[in-house]
Amino acid sequence: MDTPVLDVRGLSTVFFTRNGLIRAVDDLSFTVNRGEVLAIVGESGCGKSISALSIMRLVPSPPGRIVGGEVRLDGTDLLALDEAAMRDVRGNKISMIFQEPMTSLNPVMTVGAQVAETLTIHQGISGKAAFERAVEMLRLVRIPEPAQRARAYPHQLSGGMRQRAMIAMAVACQPQVLIADEPTTALDVTIQAQILDLLLRMREELGTAVILITHDLGVVAETAQRVVVMYAGRKIEEAPVDALFAEPLHPYTHGLLASVPHLASLNPDAAPAERLQEIPGMVPPLTNLPPGCAFAPRCPHADAQCRAAYPPFEARRPGHAVACWHADRLYGGGHG
Amino acid sequence: MAEAPLLDVTDLRKHFPVRRGLLRRQAGSVFAVDGVSFSIAPGETLGLVGESGCGKSTVARTVMRLVEPTSGSIRLGGADITHLDKAAMRPFRRQMQIIFQDPFSSLNPRMSAGDIVREPIAFHGIAQGRAADDRVAELFEQVGLRAAQMRLYPHQFSGGQRQRISIARALALDPQLIVGDEPVSALDVSIQAQVINLLMDLQRQKGLSYLFIAHDLAVVEHISHRVAVMYLGKIVEMADKVSLYRAPRHPYTEALLAAVPVPNPRIKRKRQLLDGDVPSPMNPPPGCAFHTRCPYAEARCRVEAPLLRDVAPGHIAACHRDG
Repeated sequence: MDTPVLDVRGLSTVFFTRNGLIRAVDDLSFTVNRGEVLAIVGESGCGKSISALSIMRLVPSPPGRIVGGEVRLDGTDLLALDEAAMRDVRGNKISMIFQEPMTSLNPVMTVGAQVAETLTIHQGISGKAAFERAVEMLRLVRIPEPAQRARAYPHQLSGGMRQRAMIAMAVACQPQVLIADEPTTALDVTIQAQILDLLLRMREELGTAVILITHDLGVVAETAQRVVVMYAGRKIEEAPVDALFAEPLHPYTHGLLASVPHLASLNPDAAPAERLQEIPGMVPPLTNLPPGCAFAPRCPHADAQCRAAYPPFEARRPGHAVACWHADRLYGGGHG
Repeated sequence: MAEAPLLDVTDLRKHFPVRRGLLRRQAGSVFAVDGVSFSIAPGETLGLVGESGCGKSTVARTVMRLVEPTSGSIRLGGADITHLDKAAMRPFRRQMQIIFQDPFSSLNPRMSAGDIVREPIAFHGIAQGRAADDRVAELFEQVGLRAAQMRLYPHQFSGGQRQRISIARALALDPQLIVGDEPVSALDVSIQAQVINLLMDLQRQKGLSYLFIAHDLAVVEHISHRVAVMYLGKIVEMADKVSLYRAPRHPYTEALLAAVPVPNPRIKRKRQLLDGDVPSPMNPPPGCAFHTRCPYAEARCRVEAPLLRDVAPGHIAACHRDG
């Protein structure tokens, strides 16, 4: 259970733009174990999606470039592979699903043919056998009447069904790692619940490790075992899910958790908040990051040290690490 | 309700014709809004929730008279505005304003932020020249922007700031009612909290009424006084927020609440998943429109449409089961 299947070390991705160099992902390290759900959370522009694209080697280049680090999948560094070797891995050993299935499915191919194509490319099954296996995959992701739906085009399916078809394609080759980038953001809540349930079942039935990229803290709480919080391109906190929600150690994580309205009806003891807690200001532009901690301009606890130097990322409790100069003082880290 | 309602909507319907073929014959209708009634008191927020395609945005646009209702009536401050023409509508436009979801596409990119906020003031002849400038500056301060930012263009603002510009523009005419169509859905959570607090502060200061449309049930619970739940063009349940969230009486409301992921890993809930998708509003199922997905559906639900009725004081729901 605790052998990492994916080991990301020091991953750095930059973009060259007219406004200067953007460090979209800066020295990111994390591991994912077999059968585990790791959530990467953060707000727009924090680098969570670019991290995923970097792992898949799908960063558009130019303007983007992976400038450093290792992405070891079962021991093999994906960043060292040539494009042909990477094509064998992508969609086979590691695959990805996106927020908007309509733009990631081929509109002029039936969904059955698209799932079958994956099998033909990676497993050498072709023709009727591949199509039959595709129908099986559609059944596995609980698409009703899979034999008929396999002959449908993406536009003939609802949003939820399309996301199911995407998942069928992504897991067709039983990948070791599935990256899901905001897989339910475009879906309604009742459909979102169905898709999250499906992802968790795929993990159980196929043993796939899942990296779930999302901004929705509710989704994180209900699906992940461990969480990485990103801000302005860097990992600022990492913890088991219970610890992150119960005792966050970074002021940004604190602010994030406090600014989300909770369903008061599920928390009858908690007095309904009159005002939501705000995080003042906004995310700094990545072209113009402050020299010290990127969160310092918005942080109520920031001092001269925070503005001068970036805090080291250090474990304060077992499995719980944070990049904050004052975590110990603020939240009593270091014991236990 | 003791107070006379500011907005009173009765049996509102909006059916969009669907045309097909060479002669563009009408092949059917989308029953986007199909008999919706509600009212909003001065200073009150009514939250309107439901999934995509349930008709909540069409309700907003119809109430604003941006699309023509097929039937029903809309009364604002006691006056029937359902069939007023453009000129007759003008004084009422000052009383109600709308804020949209996407602050990127709802602001003119070629106008400065100051001009965007000033436009309605000039159009309605409220102030000119220096007086208009002062009014715009005052509005900027009210929504948490600096007067110095009046000269900037929309692309120079972040998403949250752009939504503040939309709010300043909506406030420019001192309206009594603001319709928000998913006004915070496109914003990051830390920014969303800022905009929600701003809307609630403005309501306290100015006694504004809100029709607040959103799909995020936690946000709606936080901001609303009363909440209406829509499914396939109809309101299926409406109550003050405490009774709606604590004791939902319609199975759809129950399912919606159960589906919301809770940001607390220690609350492990038994998930009751709804099967299937929302049916097409072009061809809604007979009987209760929800019966195709309802875990409690019985024979009666498939043939007889339940009516909205009182299930508790100030709490209405349309379900046969709750009898």
